[in-house]
Amino acid sequence: MNTKTEEKFFRMLMFLSTIFIVGVLLLIVVSVLYKGLPSLSFTMLTSIPKGGFYFGEEGGILNAIIGSIYLSLGATFLAFIIGWPIALYMNVYLVKHHTLVNAIRFVFDVLWGVPSIVYGAFGFILMVFLGVRASLLAGIITVSLFIVPIMVRAIDESLKSVPRGLLESALSLGSTRSEISYRIFSREAFQGIITAILLSFGRAIGDAASVLFTTGYTDRIPTSLMEPSATLPLSIFFQLSSPIEAVQDRAYASATVLISMVLVISLLSRFIGNRRN
Amino acid sequence: MKHIRLTRYRKWRNVFHQSWMMIALLAMLFIPLVLVAGLIMKSMLLLENHPLFELLFSSDWSPLSSRFGFLPFIVSSLWITILSLLISAPVCLLTAIHLTQYAKRWVLRIMHPVIDILAGIPSVIFGVWGILVIVPFISHQLGPLFGKSVSGYSILAGAFVLSIMIIPFMLNMLIELIKAVPNELQEASLSLGASKWQTIKLVVVRKALPGIVSSFGLGMSRAFGETIAVLMVVGNVTRIPTGVFQPGYPLPALIANNYGEMLSIPLYDSALMLAALILFLVVLMFNVFSRFLILKAETH
Repeated sequence: MNTKTEEKFFRMLMFLSTIFIVGVLLLIVVSVLYKGLPSLSFTMLTSIPKGGFYFGEEGGILNAIIGSIYLSLGATFLAFIIGWPIALYMNVYLVKHHTLVNAIRFVFDVLWGVPSIVYGAFGFILMVFLGVRASLLAGIITVSLFIVPIMVRAIDESLKSVPRGLLESALSLGSTRSEISYRIFSREAFQGIITAILLSFGRAIGDAASVLFTTGYTDRIPTSLMEPSATLPLSIFFQLSSPIEAVQDRAYASATVLISMVLVISLLSRFIGNRRN
Repeated sequence: MKHIRLTRYRKWRNVFHQSWMMIALLAMLFIPLVLVAGLIMKSMLLLENHPLFELLFSSDWSPLSSRFGFLPFIVSSLWITILSLLISAPVCLLTAIHLTQYAKRWVLRIMHPVIDILAGIPSVIFGVWGILVIVPFISHQLGPLFGKSVSGYSILAGAFVLSIMIIPFMLNMLIELIKAVPNELQEASLSLGASKWQTIKLVVVRKALPGIVSSFGLGMSRAFGETIAVLMVVGNVTRIPTGVFQPGYPLPALIANNYGEMLSIPLYDSALMLAALILFLVVLMFNVFSRFLILKAETH
């Protein structure tokens, strides 16, 4: 085979694999929506499971929707008040210690790769150790543990692009480093921070493996942090394992709800990210 | 006087924020250690009663008579992980080359959101899609093609779903890596008379090779730990799989499936925590090794 035909052959393969990726994404979204939209109804979104819900009778998944939103908001908030200062610390306070900052980045990158089921198992050990039952709070803490690395690295990436001269001139005018962190650097990286929050929120709302052990499952909408709570991914998972077709259809409808939420988050962060340019 | 008080307040505020930042950082760096310690502590009970060698290389899994052979789960995990990489690695590499070297601007403008959205889709949705599309496809089309009647819930289904899940993750890294290859190298190669394809093959890919290998490593570690999507399509049968159409039972699925019953039997509980520990250590090793390779390639 000469180089010309080889190049042609590979260019075709490349083109096909690009098409393949776009096609798969479309296939995922379309197949879930196609199956889920017909069974989606207003009452499903606005009521909690009634007796016999898991046998295909009356009720909805409001408990899971609200539970997921509580959980993700809580976890994102917690991860933010931990992750934001860490990222600022790395970029404003430790700016002279290159090796140290790179080592910290390395650790968070590695932590990002730890599977969420491991965090789930760890959260479960902590719960048993502290004598707490599966609850919204335990779920929030577990989920925040695994989104902090995402939060830190995403904010860190946008803080990295803030020019060093800004730090130096603010210091020379007598600002303290905390003022530089929160008033100058955070403002400069504002859009990056919002994107990081949305990214973490999307991760938190979609993860099932870490809440499986820690948040429990209930048909009621939780009224306090110490109560267990349903979550959307788990409600999809449980309904889909049912042998009854009506319940399975509801799982597809729930999947439609989840995928719509995630798509909205994706589009929102794209929109915000684009305004920067 | 007022001025001095203000200065003091500002100083105090700086100290307060700095302390909180440091505490947060130290706490987060401390957590992996606590995590490992917790998992080791929990799995000690099993390790004291059974030699590690027997646990890892026995295929006899019957927790009720306290026999814990992890081999079926380890083999399933390996099958699925390697197979998913075999599917996604060429697709990712080819697409990354296409997007960085050949594609027009508008293609990139479409592909960036596509990659981002694919990366953001929750794993349970991938599982739903697997059940809707992949499992029936294997059972109705692919199985009969090879003359087999299969349920579709198989190693292959798990691997296929996983391969799609790790594509955005690896593709993003590959695009960055290939972009980072200095333009001068390519220009030098082109000016010596090499064709564009020869330059890509012999200069760009070769230069980025350590990075490419490590991004595959990171993709593999991601695949190794993925839970819910795989659990939904892989069949979950405790047996060493001998073919891709057979059901498997990877390690994460083992943990996720049995969390309810494990509390009553301490050894069982301990065994599942050992599974989590194995998962953590393997993923950690892969991650550290791959990231290290990337760092080394960057500094050269």
